[in-house]
Amino acid sequence: MANPLYRKHIISIPDFSREELELVVDTAGRLKHAPRNDLLKDKLIGSCFFEPSTRTRLSFETAVQRLGGNVIGFADGANTSAKKGETLADSIKIISSYTDAVVMRHPKEGAARLASQFSAVPVINGGDGSNQHPTQTLLDLFTIKETQGTLENLTLAFVGDLKYGRTVHSLTQALSQFNCRFYFVSPEALAMPDYICEELDEKGVQYTLVNSLEDVIPQVDILYMTRVQRERFDEAEFRKIQGKYVLRADMLANARPNLKVLHPLPRVDEIAADVDSTPHAYYFEQARNGVYARQALLALVLNETV
Amino acid sequence: MQYTRTVEALKEGTVIDHLPAGQGLRILSLFKLADTGERVTVGLNLSSRHMGAKDIIKVENIALTEEQANELALFAPRATVNVIENFEVVKKHQLELPETIEGIFDCPNSNCISHGEPVKSFFYVKPTVNDTKMKCKYCEKVFSKDIVAEVK
Repeated sequence: MANPLYRKHIISIPDFSREELELVVDTAGRLKHAPRNDLLKDKLIGSCFFEPSTRTRLSFETAVQRLGGNVIGFADGANTSAKKGETLADSIKIISSYTDAVVMRHPKEGAARLASQFSAVPVINGGDGSNQHPTQTLLDLFTIKETQGTLENLTLAFVGDLKYGRTVHSLTQALSQFNCRFYFVSPEALAMPDYICEELDEKGVQYTLVNSLEDVIPQVDILYMTRVQRERFDEAEFRKIQGKYVLRADMLANARPNLKVLHPLPRVDEIAADVDSTPHAYYFEQARNGVYARQALLALVLNETV
Repeated sequence: MQYTRTVEALKEGTVIDHLPAGQGLRILSLFKLADTGERVTVGLNLSSRHMGAKDIIKVENIALTEEQANELALFAPRATVNVIENFEVVKKHQLELPETIEGIFDCPNSNCISHGEPVKSFFYVKPTVNDTKMKCKYCEKVFSKDIVAEVK
């Protein structure tokens, strides 16, 4: 029987069942420890980045090539017919007629969902505006499972910009299927949006809003840091909150031994450089795991069995 | 009643009655009833025993479907929609909130891909305690129904 993601579009985390999330995570683990260079043999993947991206694009293209596939595409929508006014629907009809799957990033929300309605081949969302970035969530889940041995019954703190950070929205949506508990640590102006909190309430997920980063550190398994963007505040306001959401090595003195610090990157100054050499730092390995999570997804979408 | 003399009985078509006063023109425009080319009669601020004041819309030669009637439920849950054939009421729609709404409203999110592409807007409808929420299928943003209805 074909795996449940075979020939499926990968658009948004709420579309995934718990079993499908686990399948990607477990497949990523297998590919990390036993690399395969044949799973995308003779496959051509369209890498369509209507908006520039460094890590997502490079890790997708690495994933394709490591699995023995080939890539065509573009890294910036400015040089495409989208610039001439072509609809995304038309662009995708054409590109999907050339390729076996389309990986895309687009500045508009909903672009991947729309593309999936016009594509002859599976569409994988590499980020649609401020909406979803499912492969980031899948690599986060893989990293959490890798470091904790499970996705169940964990306690996680999300720190920083929880309002605009799509990675934290999707990750809480995914983990709500695994009986996890959350702490949300952010300035009031960047608090978790109501609609996410309402979704968590509906599912009976436990979460607590807290002010102090230091207080939650001893209680959590995963500390998920995000960047507080200076441009979201005026100068005086920013000075008030600056430093409150910055992690330094000395703050980890009472951390659980299994605590890992994650960050979707790029980081600016919210994780001090001295954290890098602690056993808790895991964000660079997390970024490396992006290749395995994307390999797993591509392999599952394009092979009946992996 | 005054209006029964000035608005003649409908031979074929649909009567949308018991609209809250003030909603008649809004519904006329949202559902593009005036663009049908058929004769449309609108009554505003008519007296009603139960509602005090009400609006009414009569559209000739068009029978509203169950789906269209349910879309009305967003704005006028207590409206009655009667389909008329040969001066007789042949169908009385019971209004129920639809699960989805396609093509009536634009997505309020200006950065949503549904604008300027060859697709109809599409919302999932979710009643909550104090409001009805609408979630855009494309951008996945959730809006109060009043925000969605004001966009058009």
